[in-house]
Amino acid sequence: MTDLGYARWLMGTSLAFHIVFAAVGVAMPLLMVLAEWRWRRTGAAEWLDLARRWAKGTAILFAVGAVSGTVISFELGLLWPGFMRFAGPIIGMPFSLEGFAFFAEAIFLGIYLYGWERVSPRLHLASGAAVAASGALSAFFVTLANAWMNHPAGFDLVLGLPTNVDPVAAMFPPGWAHEVIHVLLSCYAATGFAVAGIHAWHLMKEPVSRFHRAALAVSLAVGGAAALLQPLSGDFSARQVAEHQPVKLAAMEAHFHTARGAPLLLGGIPDAAAGETRWAVEIPYGLSLLAFHDPGAEVRGLLDFPRDTWPNPLLVHLAFDAMVGLGTILALVALWGLALAVRRRALPADRRFLGAVVLAGPLGFLALEAGWLVTEWGRQPFTIWGAMRTAEAVTPVRDLAVPFWTFTALYLFLAVMVVVLLRRQIGGAPRANVEGAP
Amino acid sequence: MTPADLLGAVMIAALVFYALLGGADFGGGIWDLFAAGPRARAQRALIEEAIGPIWEANHVWLILVVVVLFTGFPSAFSAVSTGLFAPLVVLLVGIVLRGAAFTFRTYDDPRDEVQRRWGLLFSAASFVAPLMLGVVVGTLASGRLRVEGGVAMGGRLAWAAPFPLLVGLFATALFAFLAAAYLAVEAEGGLQEDFRRRAIGAGVAVFVLALASAAASWREAPLVFRGLTARPWSMPLHLATGAAATGAFAALFARRYRLARLAAAAQVALIVLGWGASQYPHLVVPDLTLASASAPRQVQVLLLWALGAGAVVLFPCLYLLFRVFKGERPFSVVDRARR
Repeated sequence: MTDLGYARWLMGTSLAFHIVFAAVGVAMPLLMVLAEWRWRRTGAAEWLDLARRWAKGTAILFAVGAVSGTVISFELGLLWPGFMRFAGPIIGMPFSLEGFAFFAEAIFLGIYLYGWERVSPRLHLASGAAVAASGALSAFFVTLANAWMNHPAGFDLVLGLPTNVDPVAAMFPPGWAHEVIHVLLSCYAATGFAVAGIHAWHLMKEPVSRFHRAALAVSLAVGGAAALLQPLSGDFSARQVAEHQPVKLAAMEAHFHTARGAPLLLGGIPDAAAGETRWAVEIPYGLSLLAFHDPGAEVRGLLDFPRDTWPNPLLVHLAFDAMVGLGTILALVALWGLALAVRRRALPADRRFLGAVVLAGPLGFLALEAGWLVTEWGRQPFTIWGAMRTAEAVTPVRDLAVPFWTFTALYLFLAVMVVVLLRRQIGGAPRANVEGAP
Repeated sequence: MTPADLLGAVMIAALVFYALLGGADFGGGIWDLFAAGPRARAQRALIEEAIGPIWEANHVWLILVVVVLFTGFPSAFSAVSTGLFAPLVVLLVGIVLRGAAFTFRTYDDPRDEVQRRWGLLFSAASFVAPLMLGVVVGTLASGRLRVEGGVAMGGRLAWAAPFPLLVGLFATALFAFLAAAYLAVEAEGGLQEDFRRRAIGAGVAVFVLALASAAASWREAPLVFRGLTARPWSMPLHLATGAAATGAFAALFARRYRLARLAAAAQVALIVLGWGASQYPHLVVPDLTLASASAPRQVQVLLLWALGAGAVVLFPCLYLLFRVFKGERPFSVVDRARR
């Protein structure tokens, strides 16, 4: 593999690893603070226990997120000095503000984790809320920077160099809103379902545990609500991408030939060389409807764009279908749970539903990763769309295989340890909170 | 004062905070590695208690420096990243392992052998990271890293020389000294004596390594050497640093722990400021200055406003954090009898 290949793999691996912890860092504090809030309101022991255990889980995951995020802030320069020299001043604003959000997150998480006996109940709860809010704010700022890479704004390109830089315009490029909403919802949906899956698993083995019931109620409420809203945000995103990033849309949908009343292709294998997609399920007018809310709308195909500006339609299309398919499953499970809950006016606890929640547990994060791949692969061969190619941004430093394997081994080690430690925290569920126990 | 100068001041201030706070956390890890004697276990427990609630916040200062550097001085960021690739990668591995191992130790099996394994990883990483930070600083100051057209030249081993390595050891000793001085305030009884002795020992190491680095800078970092010796503020700065160092030793001997902590912190702050001032206006000696590496002026002005707004929120939150975990008078210099 070339050094460019290793640089892309290293950046991709680092981000794919970090994004899980970043998403957890956004959503987990919300779950934890909701549990504590319930405890302060009801005084029931299982809520306190839950808040404390979730806080420990958050501590582990946040620490790994903080250090892996540090790696990424340095890797921007280590791997892509050309990109940073170009883009640093233009998108430094959201990164600087994200720095302060990260400060707030770390400060209040410290107070939350170590302050149970040191600060007043009100300050403790407020600290948890501050962690949740600043986590969301961090994600907001970082996603703005990514939105700018997808649709750069706030500068003029003169002889290949940025001039007339306007950092405020760059901070809110066209399409920022849909990306931010989609990312934030995905954090809550993925984390909520992952947590719900774990507790549903324990609940199937131990149906009377009040602890796991409480945990399932909160995590499913947060994850389910986000999963139900996500299709709406997805629809908004699709229309925005159709308008602002037509090449990416064409690759996502494996759409080669510009057409009115374009069909939607599910699955299939896009063949870039032949300029067609085989073995796909076609839904007539589907793409025109989704992209423009008009069955007769014209959708531009890949063949309309110069060949050297195409992303790889095979990767982008399959990742996109994976994201949509997985997201749809989550939304359906959420809908099922909602129907059961409304009908029985209680937390749904029959085994079939719990089994579905267990199976859905990992799907949110798979969808999140797939969605991130769609936006990153879909922007290739550019790192800044239309302004800088990935190959121009890469470092002149050689032998990138060494850092690639170093960090890959490091991440594998951390991933295994996180799983082992989380099992320790959640696994030994408190017996005292079993129904009927004193 | 141009916006670039102000941003340079912000970066050096953030580095001072990083040294005083994040540096002391690394120093704590070093003392975990060297925990010894009948109270070794108590030493480790105190270190864990002292840095647990605050290390993540303290670590963010470094991120802030990185962000200000790439926003305000993008060509310096890319030159530093390419020219110091290897030490930066090692630094990152150290940062990752330090934080992860520390957290994992807290939440893993409390049995001794498990704790020891994580402790070893945590403390070894706490040693490596400041060493690499010092190597980076030493290379930037030495003029060994040449930059042409925004790309670092001079080979991938620009950092492998006596001066950068000496600065690395100096930084490590400095952080260990700082941590011992802080821990002595938070300890009691025999434990307090342990950290008092460690602070004095590390202080001696700091003194020796400071002399060695200064001597090496005469040949290897001439510009910084001139800055340290021949500018109008050189003498007052050295006198102040020397006074702080002497004060720290005197206070440690007199068992005035809070005073010793203040003096040690002042000494470290003055050393970082002295480094910054001596290589001003260079970011990367000798090819990149604050002015030549600058982003467009409007970007720097806006960044300054953002930093100002952020600081207004940040400092009260930080004060709250330290007040909660470091006592009601977190920065007081008067020792009072404990309840």
